[in-house]
Amino acid sequence: MAYRVDARGLSCPQPVVMTKRALEATIPEESGLSEVLEVLVDNHTAMENVSRFARHRGFDVQVEVGEEGDDCCIVRIYAKGLR
Amino acid sequence: MNQRRVVLISGAVVGALSVALAVAGNPANMGICVACFIRDIAGGLGLHRAEVVQYLRPEIPGFILGSMLAAVATGEFRARGGSSPVLRFVLGFFVIIGALVFLGCPLRMILRLAGGDLNAVFGIVGFAAGIWVGAILLRRGFTLGRSSRVSIGNALVLPILSAFLLILVIAMPAFIFASSKGPGSAHAPVLWALVAGLVVGALAQRSRLCLAGGIRDLILIRDPHLFSGFAAIFVVSLALNLISGRFKLGFEGQPVAHTDWMWNFLSMATVGLGAALLGGCPLRQCILAGEGDTDGVMAFLGMLVGAAFAHNWGIASSAAGPTANGKTATIVALVVMAVIGYMGIDASRRPNQKRTAKEA
Repeated sequence: MAYRVDARGLSCPQPVVMTKRALEATIPEESGLSEVLEVLVDNHTAMENVSRFARHRGFDVQVEVGEEGDDCCIVRIYAKGLR
Repeated sequence: MNQRRVVLISGAVVGALSVALAVAGNPANMGICVACFIRDIAGGLGLHRAEVVQYLRPEIPGFILGSMLAAVATGEFRARGGSSPVLRFVLGFFVIIGALVFLGCPLRMILRLAGGDLNAVFGIVGFAAGIWVGAILLRRGFTLGRSSRVSIGNALVLPILSAFLLILVIAMPAFIFASSKGPGSAHAPVLWALVAGLVVGALAQRSRLCLAGGIRDLILIRDPHLFSGFAAIFVVSLALNLISGRFKLGFEGQPVAHTDWMWNFLSMATVGLGAALLGGCPLRQCILAGEGDTDGVMAFLGMLVGAAFAHNWGIASSAAGPTANGKTATIVALVVMAVIGYMGIDASRRPNQKRTAKEA
């Protein structure tokens, strides 16, 4: 299981800044586990921004809605090609 | 449709509608100006008595209602709030003071440049400098805190008020003011202005278009996404101004503008810093307010009250230049924002990482 950033309730650009800092502090694990980070957000704008940012940085991104309540979106960030 | 195309199309439409509204009767290089229009609404309501800038501009209720309709249609409308509402009110108050010393919000700054007004260049440099300072604060952990769900009534207040403003501008009861001369008297027909406002509001909601966000994301994460919307506004309005013969290059004699470069720079630096701390330019605050974000509503109300003070206290500039009170207010605004920015840095905040399952 990867690191988690809880950016719920925060407005832009804070979720992206937090994701950036977290990604810079995290090295993709070599054990075959490819998920680098999961980011919790609660609005579409933040979800789009975090996803776009991670893709720009060369990661794969998968978004899940509703897993932890209606408002919560989980953006899972994977090291490219490992998923 | 991908996000990139949405933001480019939105920028292009905003640029085109801005020129169209100026042709239809709005003041020159002021087809759309969120700060000026909020100021005119404050005047129309009688909150200030500057006779030349009083009119209940239908564009602003249009932005709010257009954003609300788009957000409802896509399931994004959510009543939320509680992220330092009072500080957001104060920031909104001082952002509009900066904008009225410059004579335009960030959107009008672009429209002024696209009309050939070179004074806007100093504004843009100042705006970018303000955002740069804001970006440093954000990188250090500046936050106004988290918002959370609030009851739906909170989110309906501003849309209802917007609808009420539209009724007032059509009914024009005796207690509503409307300029007979000056910029407030120059306006497009109500229906055109409303439709343009609704379209801009809906598109800005879908695209997250934000003038401050464009520069902020370039500085903070080197992402040109929002900036491309900014560029599209400029290119389209420039092209249309050139075609329609409205382009006039120079510093002197520009419509509703002054030539004091230093205060053009400092006032827009105020707007840039305030917008970075608020998380969006004045247009974006209207859009957020329409989406149900009551923190955006607080910034909007701060702008409305700030606009009234700007004229009651002789802070707003005129074509003759900035006033002594305007200069003082700009400095006060910068100091207040610096204090809010410094106090908002959450030093204890780590990148917020928690080991989960695997670690345990």
